[in-house]
Amino acid sequence: MEIKTDRQYSESHEWVLFENDTTATIGVTDFAQSELGDLVFVNLPQVGDTVTAGTPFADVESVKAVSDVYCPVSGTVSAVNEELLTAPQRINENAYDAWFIKVEKITDQKPLMDAEAYRTHTQA
Amino acid sequence: MNELMLLSIEKSVAGRGSNVIPAPETAAYALPDAFRRKDAPVLPQLAETDVDRHYTALAQRTYGVNCGFYPLGSCTMKYNPAVNEAAAKLPGFTGAHPLAPAHAVQGCHAVMDELAAALCEIAGMDAFTLQPAAGAQGEFFGMLCVKKYHEARGESHRVKMLVPDSAHGTNPASAAIAGFTVVSVPSRADGLVDTQALQALLDDTVAGMMMTNPNTLGLFEKDILAISRMVHKAGGLMYYDGANLNAILGQARPGDMGFDVTHFNLHKTFSTPHGGGGPGSGPVGVKQSLVPYLPTVASLGQPEGLQLKAFSGNFAVLVRALAYLKTLGKESLGDVAAHAVLNANYLMKRLTDAGFTPAIAAPCMHEFVLTLASLKESHGVSALDVAKTLIDYGIHPPTMYFPLIVHEALMFEPTETETRETLDHVADVMIRVLAQAKQNPDAMHTAPHHAVIGRPDDVKAARTPVLHW
Amino acid sequence: MSHYHPHTQADTSAMLTALGLDDTDALFADIPQSVLRKAPLSLPDGLGQMETLAAMEALADQNIRYRLTLRGAGCYDHFIPPLVSQLAGKEEFVTAYTPYQAEISQGILQAIFEYQSLICALTGMDASNAGMYDGASAAAEAAVMCRERNRTVTLVSECAHPDTLAVMRTYAYGTGHEVRVVPANDGHADLAALQTMLTGDVASLYIQQPNFFGILEDVPALFAAAKANGVKCILGANPMTLALMPSGADVGADIVCGDVQPFGIPMAYGGPSAGYLAATAAMLRKLPGRIAGQTTDAQGRRAFVLTLQAREQHIRREKATSNICTNQAHCALTAAAYLTYLGARGLQAVAERCLAHAHAFAQMLCQIDGVTMRHQGEFFHEFVTDLPVAPHRVQAALEAEGILSGLPLAGGMLWCVTEKASLAQLQRAAALVKEACAQ
Repeated sequence: MEIKTDRQYSESHEWVLFENDTTATIGVTDFAQSELGDLVFVNLPQVGDTVTAGTPFADVESVKAVSDVYCPVSGTVSAVNEELLTAPQRINENAYDAWFIKVEKITDQKPLMDAEAYRTHTQA
Repeated sequence: MNELMLLSIEKSVAGRGSNVIPAPETAAYALPDAFRRKDAPVLPQLAETDVDRHYTALAQRTYGVNCGFYPLGSCTMKYNPAVNEAAAKLPGFTGAHPLAPAHAVQGCHAVMDELAAALCEIAGMDAFTLQPAAGAQGEFFGMLCVKKYHEARGESHRVKMLVPDSAHGTNPASAAIAGFTVVSVPSRADGLVDTQALQALLDDTVAGMMMTNPNTLGLFEKDILAISRMVHKAGGLMYYDGANLNAILGQARPGDMGFDVTHFNLHKTFSTPHGGGGPGSGPVGVKQSLVPYLPTVASLGQPEGLQLKAFSGNFAVLVRALAYLKTLGKESLGDVAAHAVLNANYLMKRLTDAGFTPAIAAPCMHEFVLTLASLKESHGVSALDVAKTLIDYGIHPPTMYFPLIVHEALMFEPTETETRETLDHVADVMIRVLAQAKQNPDAMHTAPHHAVIGRPDDVKAARTPVLHW
Repeated sequence: MSHYHPHTQADTSAMLTALGLDDTDALFADIPQSVLRKAPLSLPDGLGQMETLAAMEALADQNIRYRLTLRGAGCYDHFIPPLVSQLAGKEEFVTAYTPYQAEISQGILQAIFEYQSLICALTGMDASNAGMYDGASAAAEAAVMCRERNRTVTLVSECAHPDTLAVMRTYAYGTGHEVRVVPANDGHADLAALQTMLTGDVASLYIQQPNFFGILEDVPALFAAAKANGVKCILGANPMTLALMPSGADVGADIVCGDVQPFGIPMAYGGPSAGYLAATAAMLRKLPGRIAGQTTDAQGRRAFVLTLQAREQHIRREKATSNICTNQAHCALTAAAYLTYLGARGLQAVAERCLAHAHAFAQMLCQIDGVTMRHQGEFFHEFVTDLPVAPHRVQAALEAEGILSGLPLAGGMLWCVTEKASLAQLQRAAALVKEACAQ
């Protein structure tokens, strides 16, 4: 299972890649995609939506389950990866390339882990 | 391509067809072009023989209760009596127009009145509506009743609907579309509602609680009287989901347990057929305080209130249920539950003796849940693998992976209409399947091997949906 | 008296012994004593099956059986080909459960897939679900599909069926949303009024075609106005008319819904029938209810499954937008068998005969003194006439000869003529109306 060192991680298995203090890209981890299994659909927010740290901003569907994806930061959605709407398998193929949203005007964030702490978290 | 499974459109030949309807006896009416479609819809063109054989073949690739054992838990797949079907097909019923003058449909009114009265007696309720088309629509209506009740009392702040975590998915969905916030109530290790956790959730925002009793683990909620008292004391109403009514039919009544509103599934307890997914019927019974909110029918000129569907309900389903009740009568009604519970316990005992693990080691009501978690751990064989293997033995799989609180769940509901020999046969098959799981688990991962198809690719179906020809 | 549990005394005893129980009462040990019934319910004694059927026949005989039905208003007396009843009556179709176990349910799944295909062909939509409870609840669920965060209001024409309007209001009451009624003008949805109602909070417009009064609405104009204001368009169509009339796609609908009762399903006092619900590809993921899809099995063979299930209540629970579970699958299958048997030519034949005979009958009625068409405009097989006498007198006059009249409205009558009515029957009915009006 891959954990990239260039980004940070939430307890609920999302990754956050900060561009600067107020802008970040968000997706789900390789660990999360392998637990979820083959994904068949993703529900994403719209550009301009407000997201709040610790609350769901998207959900992912496998054949027999649906799981919320939680936002690690509070801010405004500035971009959405629409490719996932037609090709959710990108998340299974490479979870770190398959970003969900970009958030700007970040005002708040949940406690985040570095790669090492996250590895420990997934093994707990 | 599965040559057996050609679509009707793939069998179509231009120019074929049957002349069923004669030409108009007057000149055709010249509808203006604006109201004429340019191209005729593309429908199959088949000879009558081909249509007959096409649907006959589809029937042969369908498994009904008439084909064999169908132990779907919480679905009550009991035998569908032929006499009920005969009653539903009587021309006096099938030809009745829903908006015919009242004097012309007295038979329909009598069917509905008799059925509603019988359901009131069975439920211990004061009034019944027969309008809801299915259990979920009954739940939705029941939730709307609860909402109206609180609104009328100036308590619109009651927005919380309590739903046990073992509940069927329709419960939280129905509460949500009626505008309630769903709060999950945890179950204890013994599978029953955690009354302490419930107490902690009870405040003045509680609108009510939805319960199935026996619950989806097949266990009777022994604390039901205390639970009803607690919820009532907090100002909430009690909703009874009748999905599992078969377990207590004639033995105990929701109204006597403190429930204020209930739906029954005529297509479960009252023997009407499931039709491959419907139609069902989900009549709702209420206590006196909720009578003002019973549904109305706008097209019959009734003052507009809540209305769930056009006209008065799935009438032909009501006819079947009434025929069932007339046949059983009061003496046999209680025997239904007794034999349903007897069959479930007998099958559970045989399977437990053979080495299967019940989710809860206690006597059950009309259904029981096995957990295959240890088999999964030891031999990699899942509940899905066992279910699919049963198909090769000509048995419909039990309900899988439900309730959600049990790992690798298989939920069996044999119903009262199965013989002891059938139950013994099923137990013997399960014993062979268990042996196979331990000796040759790999083969089970690809079961069934003798059905018209192997396991379908569900991921492909969902990622690239093909929903029509 | 009769019952369906097969246990002999010996069976019951042996099974109780295996469980270590003395009697069946012990099976209910978990039910509190105060709740457990000591005496049978207060219900009639059971009957032998022969008596049951006789009792049900006696009830059915209390209904009047009309030789001819000239009443529609949402439930239609079309000819049901015997082959359709025979095929739909096959016991496997009748007694099967929802096809969650695909390998053992390919027949019913293929039947649903073909039903969806037939609905798509008629409506011009990209996707259909496996069916709803009826046309009214399908319309209510269509309105749910169109709601967005800032657009939540549903506009419904006053000319929609009163039951449809009431059901849409009921569903909207549940979630706290608003339904606004577009007023009628001479039996049509009022386009000018609509244009003032297309505010930024409106999510959808529902137009019934033909409308409750039988009139054909100018759907393209109504929908064009709605679309220009970002409002989604829901067409509630009697599917029989789609044999001849423009499809939903032709008139710019985002969703088409209605009731398939005209397709081989008996009136049966209004149920069961099935609602159909179809939408454009853009709205596919918002469709509620079951959907069958085609895929392949491990060997690459064609296979059918229930798909996109993560939309549904059994997975999404309180986050599902619809709670529908049991639908009206058997009625949908019946409709599919009807359409497959008739084909496009057969369906057009039914529709053309309805159209021609209805117009002939309207002409006969309008030759009677004091009987006039209430509304201007084209119609399909239903229309309203004003009457010079109380409508119940016309109803009684027709009933005396075994004819169910049109539906009495204030000062008039909503008539319906299907292909079943012969010209001679219609002439006789018109003569009876004339006599009643002359009195």
